[in-house]
Amino acid sequence: MSAVQRLDLRLEGVTKVYPGVVALNDVSLQIKAGEVVGLLGENGAGKSTLMKILGGLIAPTSGRIILDGQEHRRFDVQQSQQAGIAFVHQELNVFDNMDVAANIFLGREKVRGPLRLTDRKRMNELAQPLLDRVGAQFHSDTPVSTLSLAECQLLEIAKALSMNARLVIMDEPTSSLTLSETNMLLKVIADLKAEGIAVVYISHRLSEVEECVDRAVVLRDGHNVGTLEREDVTHDAMIHMMIGRDLKALYTPPAQMSSKPILSVRNFCIKSKPDRPASFDLMAGEILGVAGLIGAGRTELAEAIFGVGQKLDGEVLIDGEHLNTKSPADAIAAGLYLVPEDRKRAGLILDFPTVENITMASLSAFTSHGLVSQKRQIEVAEVQRSSLSIKTHDVCRAANEMSGGNQQKVVLAKWLSMDPKVIIFDEPTRGIDVGAKAEIYSLMRSLADRGVGVMMISSDMEEVIGVSDRIVVMKDGVITGELPRLKFSESNVLNLAVGRVLEEA
Amino acid sequence: MQKKDIGLAVLIIVVGIIVYMRNPLFLSPINLGNTANLIGLFGLFAIGQGFVIMTGGIDLSVGSVIALLGVLFVDMVGKFGVPWPLAVTLMIVLGVAIGLAHGVLITRFKLQPFVVTLCGLLIYRGIARGYTAESTAGFPFGSSYPQLEWLTIGRSFGVPHSFVAMLIVAAIMWVVLHHTVFGRHLCAVGKNEEAARFSGINTRFVTIAAYVICAVLASIAAIYFAMFTKSVQPSSHGNFYELYAIAAAVLGGCSLRGGEGSVIGIVLGAVLLQELQNLVNLLGIPSSLNFAVMGAVILLGVLADQQFAAYRNRKNTERALGLLQKS
Repeated sequence: MSAVQRLDLRLEGVTKVYPGVVALNDVSLQIKAGEVVGLLGENGAGKSTLMKILGGLIAPTSGRIILDGQEHRRFDVQQSQQAGIAFVHQELNVFDNMDVAANIFLGREKVRGPLRLTDRKRMNELAQPLLDRVGAQFHSDTPVSTLSLAECQLLEIAKALSMNARLVIMDEPTSSLTLSETNMLLKVIADLKAEGIAVVYISHRLSEVEECVDRAVVLRDGHNVGTLEREDVTHDAMIHMMIGRDLKALYTPPAQMSSKPILSVRNFCIKSKPDRPASFDLMAGEILGVAGLIGAGRTELAEAIFGVGQKLDGEVLIDGEHLNTKSPADAIAAGLYLVPEDRKRAGLILDFPTVENITMASLSAFTSHGLVSQKRQIEVAEVQRSSLSIKTHDVCRAANEMSGGNQQKVVLAKWLSMDPKVIIFDEPTRGIDVGAKAEIYSLMRSLADRGVGVMMISSDMEEVIGVSDRIVVMKDGVITGELPRLKFSESNVLNLAVGRVLEEA
Repeated sequence: MQKKDIGLAVLIIVVGIIVYMRNPLFLSPINLGNTANLIGLFGLFAIGQGFVIMTGGIDLSVGSVIALLGVLFVDMVGKFGVPWPLAVTLMIVLGVAIGLAHGVLITRFKLQPFVVTLCGLLIYRGIARGYTAESTAGFPFGSSYPQLEWLTIGRSFGVPHSFVAMLIVAAIMWVVLHHTVFGRHLCAVGKNEEAARFSGINTRFVTIAAYVICAVLASIAAIYFAMFTKSVQPSSHGNFYELYAIAAAVLGGCSLRGGEGSVIGIVLGAVLLQELQNLVNLLGIPSSLNFAVMGAVILLGVLADQQFAAYRNRKNTERALGLLQKS
């Protein structure tokens, strides 16, 4: 490797404003060669916005980027690449229709001859040493479709090295890795560090952060709330900074809980896991947490119950009555509602006014002689606005001018303006700031106290443990276990999620 | 009226004034009557096209539908002596069938609207030419159908009835689009089909309905065109009409991405297109250039609209930043 200049990168006072949302507010960050910087913060704290600015994908509204002493107003993608900044994404950007070497040199293919044909041999020769450096067990001509997720991650790191990366940004690299794969990745990070390459490590897995970082920078609601030096990086300190308070306060016990199931799911099979039936009960007045790893089939299960996805087999009972959902309209008619995982894609129509979003599912109720009465729509929207304290000065303004938390409340208002029996929340607080999270939790609780069955799918461990009355854990389409409140712990949930049996305590 | 509609109306008036100053014949009763007739004819099916575009789709088959149904209508009434009310009903039933076929292929079989209706364009045109063996379909010499003629090519107080028919259709569709549940659902499906589905909206039904509306309005337009031209030449009748309809809808503020549009806008779009045609004639521009003029004006209009939108966006961001710095 040629001697590359040692990295010295500083961000100063970076602010990014979207219409209606301040994603980053006066954030500063310094990264030096051979340093592993942990970047922490809850979902929606601004981590990915900050990284997109470094990658040149978006321009900051104000602030400066100082690279090797040179000041920039913004980066573009090319500048960022030339500066040696490389990404290893949470959602992998690999092309599984090609082999490893082709992926590594994508867009920078080696060519030969006057016809500039691709030179596969040379690319393979160049790729192999990079793969060896990251300790990969596969070869440069292996088809990517045969690699595991962890191996794809190594491939991405090898690709970063091939671009002479001086800074590798890893966004949740371990979120779908096994323990041994994670340990291998941490070893690779240590090697990169020894070679003088800087790493920004974004993760929710605090024990990994504790293990590998030199410094942890914490963001909350777009603000820089502080930096922890190596010796101060502890679990408690990080959590405290991230959420600004202690966790225990989250839980409020239910007012009354009936033992009568309001939703029963029996031997329910989803399309991607056809021979793995799931069964569980949801009681009226309870909040049931549904935990599990990504890919366990939780979202697919919820959508199939709601009638969006495909059900292969099994039955659903609402209040003891059979429910045959062919489409969401059937589920909605029975009082079963879904607050979907991806708010912007499936929850609401961002360009539409708040009032239209709130009345979307019940529009027929606002008609007289076939014509929609906007006056009555607005009345109902105003009732919901004040009862959920949705922060907008005008319900006729488009929903995209609001923050994520308020948008989520609009999705909720759509269902609350009707008559819910069961509401399924899929990742209800993803991308929502801390204050709004607490509001959503208390809304969920007050719904449960009104006798609604609340089912909450969440990958946020603190949320599952902090909010639920009971937890069921799902793995590969089946329910692997159920935890009463007394047995809630992060390790119990995780053990069930990976399919281990709990030791009886 | 939306902001975009007002902008378009202003543009129509400004162009009108300029044409009038260069050639006062523009406002003569004969010219106005003829232009109104064309606006009526083209406006009728442009409204249907607008509905399809609002779902995020497109209907390329409109011109061929006008040719095929035109041939059939003329033959039925002229050659086989079918009573015209029955023939009109049959045409509308055929329109429903064509729209259903498009809609079902697009929603059930998940084919792309462009492909489905492109095939429609080829198929209907081909059937029209094959059925007539390339000969022009016309009414027999000396035949007359007073009521049908009064409804289609008649005039009251100088106003052509095609124009009146278009206004009636526009009024109905305006209510449907802006004031019924179906209309709201149509916009929702066009803007974000996924979210619409998650809200329990029957997105398939809404999409199919839009194609049916489009084909039915095309079949009504087919009757008006057949009565207007009196004879239908199967290989050229209605050529490129789908593009006039798309142009009118786009000029009228329909986004090809779906979810946006207004009936008033589409009608104004049709008005502007015919005004431009008229401009080419009245200002002595070689009529061979009329497509070029139309293309240039549409391009400029869409470009200007885009720039205004970007400007508004920037202003919004600046305002948000200002609020932030104050707090």
